[in-house]
Amino acid sequence: MKCFTTKMITASLMTLCFSATIFAQTIEVGQKDKKFTKSKIEINVGDTVKFINEDTFFHNVFSLSDIKFFDLGSFPKGEFKEVTFDKAGTIEVECAIHPEMIMTIDVK
Amino acid sequence: MKLCEIGFSPRYRLALLVFIGLIIVLPIKLQAKEFKDITFEAGHESLQGWLLPKVPHPKGNEITEARVTLGKMLFFDTRLSGDGNMSCGTCHNPLYGWSDGLPTARGFKSEVLGRASPTVINTAFNSLQMWDGRKKSLEEQAMGPMMSNAEMNMNIPKLLKFLNETNGYKKAFNKAYPKETINELTIAKGIASFERTIISNNSPFDQWIKGNKKALTKQQIKGFKLFVNPKKGNCEVCHSGSNFTDNGFHNIGLAQFGKKDADMGRYIQRPLGLMKGAFKTPTLRDITQTAPYFHDGSSLTLEEVVAHYEKGGVAKGNLSPNMKTAKLSKKEQTAIVAFMKSLNTKQQPFLLPIIPH
Repeated sequence: MKCFTTKMITASLMTLCFSATIFAQTIEVGQKDKKFTKSKIEINVGDTVKFINEDTFFHNVFSLSDIKFFDLGSFPKGEFKEVTFDKAGTIEVECAIHPEMIMTIDVK
Repeated sequence: MKLCEIGFSPRYRLALLVFIGLIIVLPIKLQAKEFKDITFEAGHESLQGWLLPKVPHPKGNEITEARVTLGKMLFFDTRLSGDGNMSCGTCHNPLYGWSDGLPTARGFKSEVLGRASPTVINTAFNSLQMWDGRKKSLEEQAMGPMMSNAEMNMNIPKLLKFLNETNGYKKAFNKAYPKETINELTIAKGIASFERTIISNNSPFDQWIKGNKKALTKQQIKGFKLFVNPKKGNCEVCHSGSNFTDNGFHNIGLAQFGKKDADMGRYIQRPLGLMKGAFKTPTLRDITQTAPYFHDGSSLTLEEVVAHYEKGGVAKGNLSPNMKTAKLSKKEQTAIVAFMKSLNTKQQPFLLPIIPH
């Protein structure tokens, strides 16, 4: 009986992880005309944001938030960088080179 | 008054609204034009984004005559410093393009400071102030030098006492900010209002953009093309838009960055590798008045500045990714300098204020 319960719990956990992976989404945000193409997005824990540089010069993307700290360095036109958000909260994202580029990500 | 009350037809009203909408949206759209989309002809539509918009101001500090008058008195009053010998105008002097003509500023007891005094010209358009962008507005910045021990070194309670006990200032503050007391905020708001009147927007370049074919020489137009061309000067990648700045931060490979105690610039505000030794792009308007150049005043002439970029910088350890090296002939470099000289609005005599005694 004990063995059966353990197997059931393990199976449930695996299903849960599998579902989370299946339902996790990738949301695209462009960097165009020295602006993020979206000023605010709402995503779920586990989702990935794909930042695509659509300008003819280099951009950066970073966040100094405790919820998700990252610095994607610099990348030119046509290239992209991805970040997966694993904690809930509100995160302010900027371009270090062009500080007028600011957006907010609400992770639910 | 509503438009319908003065007898405009619905079609005219719609056209007017579209026109107003275009005025608001057009400069932003046009600034984003790529080199290939620009026609370098006087007055061409593709160039109109290079005209400066109306001077902006924050909510609660609209520009009024009373505020500008007050701010001008405060800006030039040396009694706002600890030793009574320095005003904002000491380092931001109209005789030197609202800077000081020195490589780096001199502060309290003439101590040599680490960075050049930035010009006040067109700072009204900046989204961040200071070389490292640590202040967001002119209001936020204004009290900084007074409070800094290394700069004006003023005792703020003493300053407030002085202003509150000087009749001329009491009247001026009351006229400018009638419902507010004399405090750090109203001092800052007054100074910021005056600074918003220090504008350069009527240069030969502006005249050319508006359609005056004779405003620029052939050499200056050639220089403008080289300035914008990403495969040649590539200057516009950072000195972009109508104020010739992206309000961004770049390490441009100055020799100073290669030294042991290099100034880290924006990195102190944003601790990211890319920001080590990065400084805010300055405006190029009225540029001949504000030598020497760069945040450390290390270049005396515009020719030196262009030559620096042509060789791709000196200390290249953390160069901005947007800084490209392209071969420019001496003739091309001279043309770029000639173009930058077209960004000077004709200087007018400046009238100093009468300060209250």
